[in-house]
Amino acid sequence: MEIKVLKNIMEANDAIAEKNKEIKKSRGLLMLNIIGSPGAGKTSVILKTIEHLGGVCGVIEGDITSDLDSRKMAERDIPVVQINTGGACHLDANMVYRALDNLEMENGVLFIENVGNLVCPAEFEVGEDFKVVISSIAEGDDKPYKYPLVFSKARAVVLNKIDLLPHMDFNREFFFSGVRALNPEAPVFEVSARTGEGIEAWSRWLQDIFQDLQKARQ
Amino acid sequence: MHELAVTEGILDMVLNEAKKRNVERVVAINLVVGEMTGIEEDCIRFYFDILSENTPAGGAKIAVKYEKPLFRCTGCDRVFERKNFTFSCPYCGYPGVLAQKGVELYIESIEVE
Repeated sequence: MEIKVLKNIMEANDAIAEKNKEIKKSRGLLMLNIIGSPGAGKTSVILKTIEHLGGVCGVIEGDITSDLDSRKMAERDIPVVQINTGGACHLDANMVYRALDNLEMENGVLFIENVGNLVCPAEFEVGEDFKVVISSIAEGDDKPYKYPLVFSKARAVVLNKIDLLPHMDFNREFFFSGVRALNPEAPVFEVSARTGEGIEAWSRWLQDIFQDLQKARQ
Repeated sequence: MHELAVTEGILDMVLNEAKKRNVERVVAINLVVGEMTGIEEDCIRFYFDILSENTPAGGAKIAVKYEKPLFRCTGCDRVFERKNFTFSCPYCGYPGVLAQKGVELYIESIEVE
């Protein structure tokens, strides 16, 4: 006998993600799920962005084993909670639920730095307001074509290491058309976390969203 | 890569469903998976056989129906499947946009005894 089920396999994860959304709402947080390859510059972009944003910012650091990135945050007195996934290639909603419990933070922007990977994190909602993909010139211009799911799910794309453009065979048009096909609405911010180029425009975009959120809350 | 977590989810849902309906034995599980998810059926089977041992779903067959991602042309409005390294329309060359197909990930049905 066949029984129709028609249920999303991610149901259990998504139910906890909904709980995280409630927590985020009640604390007035803008929660970003930052996804990118290892070495794309996720931590550096987050640090530079926090410098520009000022105000209350916090970080949940997802990493397989180390706490190198969260130490960088703590050195700058940024509230940070480390999640070590112990081998898992992505953060899931339950890991973030536990991290939120350990993070004292209200009315600010919370960056969730996912495990460096363009495949698995795309599948797991953690209760974020939206996903941001951080890609970089050094990775090449074909990333949207090779990892379409994550680009299709992001609200914005940050293209980091733009200072390397003169030294690399990176076809901007090819990269941009890939993003547009998957996600016509997503803005692409070209930045260099090293030189600071472009960080202001990207931070301003975030700031505007955060302020709208705060206004809607009042 | 994340098939272990996904397979744990599948097994939990199937066992819940079986319990709810007082089913003694699940013999097959039919999944629908969008190709964009990158989920490999061999990986799911591998994990499933280990995880489901000594449960009512132990030894169940897993059938996966893959859905191809489809793109809609912004020029001629036709729907097409992409070729590698391009999202452009094969008919007129205009850029395509994702038609929200190929991202499915759900259990369609289970077969029980």
